[in-house]
This record gives sequence, structure tokens and C-alpha cells, in this order.
Amino acid sequence: MGDLVLENVQKAFGDNPVIRGIDLNVARGEMICLIGASGSGKSTLLRCMNLLEPIDDGRILLDGEDISEPGRDPQPVRQRIGMVFQSYNLFPHMTALENAMLAPRRNLGKSKTELREPLAQMFERFGLGDRMNHYPDQLSGGQQQRVAIIRALAMQPEIMLFDEITSALDPELVGEVLDVLRDLRAQGMTMVLATHEMGFARELADKVCFLDQGRILEEGPPEQIFDTPKEERTRAFLSRVL
Amino acid sequence: MRVLTTLAALLLATTASAETCATGKTLKEGVLTVATGNPAYFPWVIDDAPESGQGFEAAVAYALAAEMGFGADQVEWTRTSFDQAIQPGAKEFDINLQQYSITPEREEMVDFSDPYYTSAMAVLTTKSVVEAGASADVASLKSLVWGADANTTAVPMLTDLIAPEKAPLLYDDNADVTAAMQAGQIDAALFDLPTALYLSAVVLNDGALLGQFPADRSENPDQFGMLMEKGSALKECVNAALASLKDSGKLAEIEAEWMQATTGVPLIK
Amino acid sequence: MPTQTRRQMFEARQRRRANTIAAASTLAVFVAVIVLIPLTPGWENVQRSFFNGAVFAKTFPGLLNAFVMDVAIFLWCAPLIALLGLAVAIARDLRSPALYPLRLLAIAYTDIFRGLPVILVIYLIGFGIPGLGLPRPWNSPYIWGSLALILVYASYVAEVIRSGIESIHDSQRNAALSLGLSGSDTMRFVILPQAIRRVVPANMNLFVALQKDVALLSFIGPVEIFRQAGVYKSLMANFTPYVGAALIFLALTIPATRYADYLMNKQASARS
Repeated sequence: MGDLVLENVQKAFGDNPVIRGIDLNVARGEMICLIGASGSGKSTLLRCMNLLEPIDDGRILLDGEDISEPGRDPQPVRQRIGMVFQSYNLFPHMTALENAMLAPRRNLGKSKTELREPLAQMFERFGLGDRMNHYPDQLSGGQQQRVAIIRALAMQPEIMLFDEITSALDPELVGEVLDVLRDLRAQGMTMVLATHEMGFARELADKVCFLDQGRILEEGPPEQIFDTPKEERTRAFLSRVL
Repeated sequence: MRVLTTLAALLLATTASAETCATGKTLKEGVLTVATGNPAYFPWVIDDAPESGQGFEAAVAYALAAEMGFGADQVEWTRTSFDQAIQPGAKEFDINLQQYSITPEREEMVDFSDPYYTSAMAVLTTKSVVEAGASADVASLKSLVWGADANTTAVPMLTDLIAPEKAPLLYDDNADVTAAMQAGQIDAALFDLPTALYLSAVVLNDGALLGQFPADRSENPDQFGMLMEKGSALKECVNAALASLKDSGKLAEIEAEWMQATTGVPLIK
Repeated sequence: MPTQTRRQMFEARQRRRANTIAAASTLAVFVAVIVLIPLTPGWENVQRSFFNGAVFAKTFPGLLNAFVMDVAIFLWCAPLIALLGLAVAIARDLRSPALYPLRLLAIAYTDIFRGLPVILVIYLIGFGIPGLGLPRPWNSPYIWGSLALILVYASYVAEVIRSGIESIHDSQRNAALSLGLSGSDTMRFVILPQAIRRVVPANMNLFVALQKDVALLSFIGPVEIFRQAGVYKSLMANFTPYVGAALIFLALTIPATRYADYLMNKQASARS
């Protein structure tokens, strides 16, 4: 369960091809890091996997089922694949707890009372036990991003997608968010991250994919990509960011 | 009183040729500026053309002017709304004839001549309301839904003469009153009799006159006066000329010529 | 008291100077208005016609009484305007092709009713529809006049709400959709609550305008404050009742507009 397979996925915005034929296997329990320069297609690829962007060609299979078929209702798929954004995107008119409750209440028909206890535990676990009833504008960036993760986890997704979730944070707040990811990793959550945190990717990823101009130019275990990259462009990119 | 006014008229007549009463008192020297409505309605002014002297008020204006020593070519017409007629500041007319009812409250703000017409008030309605059982007695009238032109003294008269059960609906002009009647929003409206006759015959599809409160009723008579600026020096000249028109029978003659016979409309009990 | 910096002393000097100038010029204007206007030759006449104490005292209670009608009409129109405006705003945002006619209708509706003078709509609907032969009480000018106001004002409110919807960043919609929420849940729980909150001040200004435009219903019969003032004007040949009516309107609308401005400023400073 929770296997996600991309076959020759293609996506263009107008005449501008952004994803140019990507194949990728995400096995259950795996953590995959997408690295690459801005505009290489990392974010778009994640959005395609969550069906926020319909793909032009190719297929995306979830447990062998083609979820990218044109005309298919994306809603049930999104309930199984959670996503966290760079800019948190919390709902500003709801408290942290209400943010987390909305989707399970509406999608799974759960009541507030039913949800309160398990969610309170999750807030506690991620160090936000005293922030549940705060509104987003009363929280720091790091706190908001952790709430956004809890909100996605509240749907108990099989796969989590993270789109550069530490890029908008002040440097001293990055650590607290990465800690949450470590926690999830330890729990065996299937995860795909677009990230600029190379140290983090090296430490935890099962597989690192280097994206360049809408293609996966090189992929492999972190040691291989970071220490002995085969491609010139990978080397050039890494020398710029490391 | 009668003797005095006659005397005044005689005096006026003798001096008319050289120096008249109105000399130096009009807006423009040697010209009498008379105001009417925009538009002016039948039978007060025919075809909205007062210059022709056709229609009751147009004819009265010319007769009055002649009596005051103005030739027909010395009469100029202008148009005002009610609000323009009562606004403070210099008036654009010497006299204003638009079926203005004389009331004590209005006389505090503007001057009126003596009455030149005393109107019966009539109940304008539609045939369907009559068929539905409305009749010419106050008890029956009370239960109707009433409308009136908000700018007329019909409003207080409604309360005084009929005291309807439901609050009346009020409108800006005759056209809106008849539109509301046509739409069935009001059953009846109170107008001066000549206006009511005209609206019933010409404007309404199935208009009917249910009855009239006679002109010579003792309470709340509706008398029309010529409106003038407060403290107008011309007022005594106008009144003197009017008095001689009445004495000579000329005013009655004009009324007979332009006002329809009103005897066909039943009196309201 | 801490000693001032050079900058602070300079600014304090500037402030004092500005205050003195403002006070002096305000005083000059007031003196001019209060002293000079009564010196004009027509002042006595104007005062007698517009600011007549006796007429004011006599008519003011009747005007207040008539104003109850304005408030009542406002009170039953306002919630219906809010509902219809919201429905139209949502209809204009429909993406489903099957509902395209509804969307088209919403667009035509807002275009037409925002393009017509209110008084014209009141005449057409207030006299026109009852003229079709509706029986009482369904031909009442109150019903159809109110409908005219509702139709006109809902079209403005719809546009304001729609601008609010469009002002909500797409990332909010994406976040909601990524959680697996349906399109309608996304609209109802995420977009609309934020959009409506954002346009409260703009809508308050519309409702202040509505309170004033209620007076237009007088054209088709109802005797509310404006008409009552007109009747008094006619009976007494005096405009003072209009001044009385204006004061009553202002007593309600000035606090309301100030409050709307206050909300708008608060929102602007919160967003910056």
C-alpha cells in the first residue's frame, strides 16, 4: 500500500514545458528528496503528484491505479496524499486546532470531540501543546509550518509531499521543522520532499533525485549523489549550494 | 366691504391710462410676468400653451392683466414647480397661478391674492372599485385605500373629510397617482373637481368619479389664490383687479367657459 | 524627563507651528461662515424658509415618526440583500459547465442592475409588476419597492463579495484542495469566511447608502420621512422639514460611515 509510480510524466504551462518526461518510484516507507535549482520543476512535480496540476501526458499510479486519468475526480486521491507548502497556507480565520480539524470533519465525517484528543496528542508531540487555540498570526513561522504539517497528517495520509517547507523560515526556526520530519521518518511515513537542505537530505533520504530542466538527471542513494555525482551539471549545482 | 372694493376698482379704472396701480411694482417695467406649471394641465391651461389664453387660469391671467392695465402683449409667461414658487429669494414671477390652495400656514411664507376659484373636492376612482361596492358616503370611503398628490392640500383634507382607516399613499404628481390606481395599489384619490374630471375622462382607462364634496362647504373650503412673494407690493393691485373682475361678472363668465358642468357628480353624504 | 534629541526638538517645533496654523485657519473659516452669511441680504428669507424654529418644532416629531418606516424598510431589505448578493457572487464563480446558464444570468443581472438608476428600477418594478394585475396584498408598493431596492443593492453587494473572493490568494484554495476538501467545502469554509470578512467595510458603506435610498420608495406611495417632509413643506410652504429630515438621516449615517472607515483603516494597517 502507498506505492506511487510516475511514468513519463509531462507538464507544460502554455508553451513552456516544465516537466519533460519523469519516471519515479516511491515505495512505501521511503523518503525521497528532490533537489535542483529553482525552476527545475521540483514544485510542479509535487503539485502533479497531489493532482493540483493535471498532467499533460504520462501516468501516475497509486497502488497500481491510474489516478492521473483525465476527468477523474481528484478529491479521494488528495485525501490519501498530504501536502505541505513553502508558505504554510494556514487558514487565517481558524485557530491551529480548527485548521487541523476541518478536513477530517468534512471528509471523514468525524466530530470535533472525536478529533480533539488525537489531535491534541499530535500538537503535544510536535511541541505545540500550548498553541492549539492560537490563530496563525499569533504563531511564529516555524510554529505555523508545524501546524500545517499536523493539518495534513490529520487526514492520516499514506504519502506526504513537502514543498520546500523550510525555505521561508528564518534560519533559527528551520531546525524545529526538520525535527518534525525526522519524527515522521522514524514512524515510517512515506515522504517526498523538494528541499534545499542538503545536509538533511543526506542524513535521512533513501533516494535523492537531481532535477534539471524538467528531467531527473541523476538519482541514487544520497552518498552517491552528494559524493560521486556522475553528471557535470549535478556537480556544478552541488558546488554552488554546498 | 363690497362697496369699498368697488370704490377701489373705480378709482383704479380712472387712473389706469397714465399711471396704474402696478407701475413700478412688477419684475420688469411694463410687463406682468405670470407663472404656471410645467407642464400645465387641462382645463387650467389648454395644450400646455398659456400664451394662447385658452384654459381657465390662462384666461383669468389675461383678464386680470387687462384690468391692471397690461395689454396682452405685456404678459410674459414663465414656469415654476411648487418648490420654486416657495423658495426664498427673489421670485421669477409677479403672480403664480397653479391651483394653489390658500392656507394660513402658507400665508406665513408667501402672499396669496383673494381667491379666484373655489373648488369642489372630488373622489377619483375606477369603475371596478365602484362595482366592488364603494359608494358616495363617508362610511364607505373610509375603508378604501387612498392616494393623493403630496404637494396639494388634498392630504390634510383626506384626514379632515374622510379620515381613512389605512394610511394614504402619497405621490409626486397626477401621473404617479393614476399609475398607482391603474396598478390597483390605491382605490381612490382626492383631487379638485376639474382635475378629477380630466383624469377620469382622459388619463384613466376605467376612471370614475364617485362623488364630490361641494365647493361651498362651510368647513375646509379649497380656494385657489395667486401666489406672490411675501410682502408683494403688487398684491393690492391684483386684489383690486380681481374684485372688479368678480363684480363685472367677467370671472364667472371665464369659469363658465372653461370649467365643465359639475352637477353630474353626486354629493358625498 | 529625558532630554530631547535635536531631531525631537525640531519635530516638536514643527508640530506646534502646524497646530497653530490649523487652528487659525479653522477659526477664520468659522468666523467667516457664522458672521458673514447672516450679513447677506437674503439671509433672513433663507432662515425663515430653511431654518424656521417654529416649523421645525412642529414637524420634527412627525418626521421622527415617519423615519420608523425608513428603518423598517431597511431592516427587512438588508438581510435579503446580503443573502441574494452572496448567492449571486457564488453563482458568478461557478466553474461547472452545466451551471453556465446560472453564471451567465448572474453576470447579466449584476451588469443590468448596477447600470440603472435606483429610482428607475423602483418605478418600473413598483408600478410595473403590480400593474400586471396582481391582487391585494401582493401588489403592495412596499413589497415591490423593497424588491427593487433589494435587486439593485444585491448587485452591488455581489460585486463587492466577488472582489473579496478574488482577493483571497490561490494558495488558500490550493491548501484546502490538497487536504481533499471538495470545491464547495473549500468555498464555504475557507474562501468565503475570509472574503466576507475582508469586504465588511465596503459593504457597510453600501448599507449606509441603502439607508438613504430607502427614501426613494416614497416615489411610489409609502409615506416615509422624505415624503412626510415634502407634505409638511407643501402645507407650510417651508423647507425646514427637509432640514429636519436631513438631521435625522445624519444622526444615523455619520456614525455608521465613521465606523466603516474605522474598520477599513484597521484592516489596511493589519494587512501592511
